[in-house]
Amino acid sequence: MMGTRAGLMLAGAAALALAGCGERPQVLEYKQGSYQGKPDTPPYSNAPFNGDKTEWDRAMATRAQNQNEYKRTR
Amino acid sequence: MARMKFLCDAERCIECNGCVTACKQEHDIPWGVNRRRVVTINDGVPGERSISVACMHCSDAPCMAVCPVDCFYKTQEGIVLHDKDLCIGCGYCFYACPFGAPQFPQAGAFGVRGKMDKCTFCAGGPEKDMSDAEFKKYGRNRLAEGKLPACAEMCSTKALLGGDGDVLAEIYRTRVVTRGKGGEVWGWATAYGRPDTSGTGAPVPAPGGAPGGATPAPGGKS
Repeated sequence: MMGTRAGLMLAGAAALALAGCGERPQVLEYKQGSYQGKPDTPPYSNAPFNGDKTEWDRAMATRAQNQNEYKRTR
Repeated sequence: MARMKFLCDAERCIECNGCVTACKQEHDIPWGVNRRRVVTINDGVPGERSISVACMHCSDAPCMAVCPVDCFYKTQEGIVLHDKDLCIGCGYCFYACPFGAPQFPQAGAFGVRGKMDKCTFCAGGPEKDMSDAEFKKYGRNRLAEGKLPACAEMCSTKALLGGDGDVLAEIYRTRVVTRGKGGEVWGWATAYGRPDTSGTGAPVPAPGGAPGGATPAPGGKS
């Protein structure tokens, strides 16, 4: 009788102790979404640049340096 | 490739709100929507500082990550834009954004909250460049005209800079080295120190300062 009870208690404890082993991760894995909207064109694709990226880059660089008064005032 | 960024020099910002006005005027922004705003810390206390804040066009933008309809995209220039035709105005991007950049008009088809509106770096959106549809939805496309954002270009003290991140870093580095103040802050060399191109592994000295342009504060990380 005692042995049966002890066995049951042992089995119960073992079941509780091993319960964590069957636990599955509950954190969702994040997956980067992909853009679902309309496509956009590069800013240099239309007039006045007409697809000339080099010219557009040059215009951007010139405008950016207009913000540098150390260069402007020299 | 250019990575378009904004940089605000708190030493120069005088809280004139000129950038806010320029943005609203340039894009015909309705009441209640502020794509850009000026935040003042310790307002009224001697030593107060102001910075102009808008969408920072994050390299790893949280708004893009949380959008349930995936209406965000990033251009080749690193500008974070979105498709208003797809936006459902749920507001997730507002909660995710650390800068409070996404704005929602308080009227429209969705009742109290319309489709999200935010700074486009004056790059318009997914409509034909410089078209009426693009202007109405996203505002003017200054980048397609070969211009930089209106807020930065009209800033009277040149506190707010906009453009290629490397160019802005160079302008700011020159400014800080010239005025001899600002280089002591934590992380200065990491943010504005010149990259090592010599191959020796040693930091490249900047004019008038220690490696990276200035001496770090005692105990501070350079």
